[in-house]
Amino acid sequence: MSNLLTVSPSPHIASEQSVSKMMYGVIISLVPAFLITLYVFGLGALVVTVISILSCVLAEMVIQQFILKTRISIGDGSAMVTGLLLAFNLPSNLPWWMVALGALFAIGIGKMTYGGLGNNPFNPALVGRVFLLISFPVQMTSWPLPVASRLQYVDAATGATPLGFLKEAVRGGVTVPEAMNQLPDHMQLFMGQMGGSLGEVSAVALIIGFFWLLYKRIITWHIPVSMIATIFIFTGILWLADPSKNASPVFHILTGGIMLGAIYMATDLVTSPMTKTGMFIYAVGIGLITVIIRVYGAYPEGVSFAILIMNAFVPLINKYIKPRRFGEEVKHG
Amino acid sequence: MLKTFKKGGIHPPENKFSAHNGIRKLPLPGSVAILLSQHLGAPAKVIVNKGDEVKTGQLIATGEGFVSSNVHASVSGKIAKIDDVTDISGYRKQAVFIDVAGDEWIETIKRDNTLEKDIQLTGEEIIKKINEAGIVGLGGATFPTHVKLTVPRGKKAECLIINGVECEPYLTSDHSLMLEKGEEIIVGIQLLKKALNVPLAHIGIENNKPDAIVLMEKLAAEYKGIKVHALKVKYPQGGEKQLIKAITGREVPSGGLPVDVGVVAFNVGTVFAVYEAVQKNKPLFERVVTITGKTLSQPANFRVRIGTPISAVINAAGGIPGDTGKIVSGGPMMGKALSDPEVPVMKGTSGVLLFASGESARRNMLPCIRCAKCVSVCPMGLEPYLLMPLAQKNSFDRLEAEHVMDCIECGSCSYTCPADRPLLDFIRLGKSKVGRIIRTRKKQ
Repeated sequence: MSNLLTVSPSPHIASEQSVSKMMYGVIISLVPAFLITLYVFGLGALVVTVISILSCVLAEMVIQQFILKTRISIGDGSAMVTGLLLAFNLPSNLPWWMVALGALFAIGIGKMTYGGLGNNPFNPALVGRVFLLISFPVQMTSWPLPVASRLQYVDAATGATPLGFLKEAVRGGVTVPEAMNQLPDHMQLFMGQMGGSLGEVSAVALIIGFFWLLYKRIITWHIPVSMIATIFIFTGILWLADPSKNASPVFHILTGGIMLGAIYMATDLVTSPMTKTGMFIYAVGIGLITVIIRVYGAYPEGVSFAILIMNAFVPLINKYIKPRRFGEEVKHG
Repeated sequence: MLKTFKKGGIHPPENKFSAHNGIRKLPLPGSVAILLSQHLGAPAKVIVNKGDEVKTGQLIATGEGFVSSNVHASVSGKIAKIDDVTDISGYRKQAVFIDVAGDEWIETIKRDNTLEKDIQLTGEEIIKKINEAGIVGLGGATFPTHVKLTVPRGKKAECLIINGVECEPYLTSDHSLMLEKGEEIIVGIQLLKKALNVPLAHIGIENNKPDAIVLMEKLAAEYKGIKVHALKVKYPQGGEKQLIKAITGREVPSGGLPVDVGVVAFNVGTVFAVYEAVQKNKPLFERVVTITGKTLSQPANFRVRIGTPISAVINAAGGIPGDTGKIVSGGPMMGKALSDPEVPVMKGTSGVLLFASGESARRNMLPCIRCAKCVSVCPMGLEPYLLMPLAQKNSFDRLEAEHVMDCIECGSCSYTCPADRPLLDFIRLGKSKVGRIIRTRKKQ
């Protein structure tokens, strides 16, 4: 035998799963949602997505090359995922330079200042989105009309999101059932015919992506299911208590960023808990905070804030919520 | 629903190429090197000298103290030297070298193949015979069998569990042994039941060996108190604690022994060795070794004399392929990579596995993305992502608090990590240091 033998400790085999495969798996799972958003928001959606992805990848490359002077790791796909998810959380008529600024903030402040992939406590795409929301509140809350304005970009005709419309209506003294008559029905909401951030509108496309993620074992069901169930139960209680002031739970989970947030933003591997119980606590927390912001807060939508707030609790959850150790309690069965 | 253990586990590709190739006898090598430390516990003490003529099966070293084991000559011939040899872990250890001349067995061994069903000895006599025959756990842990059969005072064995799981990918030695020596194994189980004075034995076999399950069920039906369980295929089901959980639902407490939950467990290979020792007076000097690998031309199961160089086993299976990059003694999950193919086969060598150079190298490690896969696959409920940095930072007190000593080193965490982090390497390092600290503390 001519060549030397490798001597390394066990195990000697490894699974086929890899970081980049998982990241590209996330991107593939977002294809249905992207196709729907192209149909609903057209040109604007395309421009915002391309600018966001390019800016994120470029920002990571420049920071690694010139500031950190480390190996450039854009090939792992994580910057692309951040860019895509950031775009999905923006309105499709946002000026390109705001998109680029948000992407720079997401990668620069949200990710690289903490040491890059795996070290950031907060979801970078949401850091970028919330930065833009606070800096440019007007542009970030003007929503192009679905389908009708898909050939325009920044000059698209705008309207309110269903959640925003409802909030204003209730403030103005209109009852919820009356306001509902002027909103798209549940089927249209489910398919994605509503105003909103470009990736959040179609529940059906996001659910298809969810099954793909489960099939590829990139995420587990625990966070999305517990979060949506919490929101469903909480808004259900409110709706049963007073249906004239509160929207139905089905309306709540189909509108705004619940589906996108539950399936893609809250499940970000880096910023979510490590144990199943921890995931449950985290998801329930996000659900409760989301509903509190939606129903009692100033903003019509609160998923991003809820996720960022619960991100901050993740280290604490990981510290105190431990898996059940084998042989911890002796059971005689 | 097939039984299995609940917590964690993985399912790597099975690659059991040699499953139906039967067991063949490996031709005798020119010389053997029989290690004196092939078991857990103190090394055996040599009782022969250079130049002595020995017969196959003759005692050449005696167990020192309670946790130790006798060692027998596996061939007949002349003792060439008593010297150090590289063992599977890469250390130099003392061994008895014998130059093979003929194959003359000691007279007491019954060499015929007739099945001896009648059990004439008492439980104590059975344990004594097992001790004399130098039998150790052949699943790989090599714990002396007579020690396991001596239940500590105040504890009671309620049932016997026989491990026919063979959850390691590639390996087929237990599978082929069950197919060829099924009834001998059943008699061996009866012997162990008598030695332990327990009424019931469970045999656990994974569902990827349907022929072995059918055969063992058929054979067990003719005897009292033996139950065969088909188990869902999941690694590390052959781990003692996982198997006990899968079959009985009981969990061996942290730091405890199986007998704490009333169970004593043995591998099918061990059971067959018990049968041969008690019914045929044959000491443990040969075992079944799987030789396999994707590039190997003739994967096989051989009956190999202890002390045979692993290179001789490989040559009998078609020789080392040119692009071999790694030779592993044992399975791909828990086996040890060899630095030298001349290492001798030991009592615990269940298989030899060859990897082509493309498969042998590790991938570069990436940052942890906190995907929690290591936590969800850990069969012991540990958090490998956390233990690795704690071990790197020498935080021994925290490692102990995080139950690092419960780690069974199954490797599921490293296997599953998408960032290819060497989790188990560092956990093992931390575990050995914490273990030393605990032992020192106990002495004070």
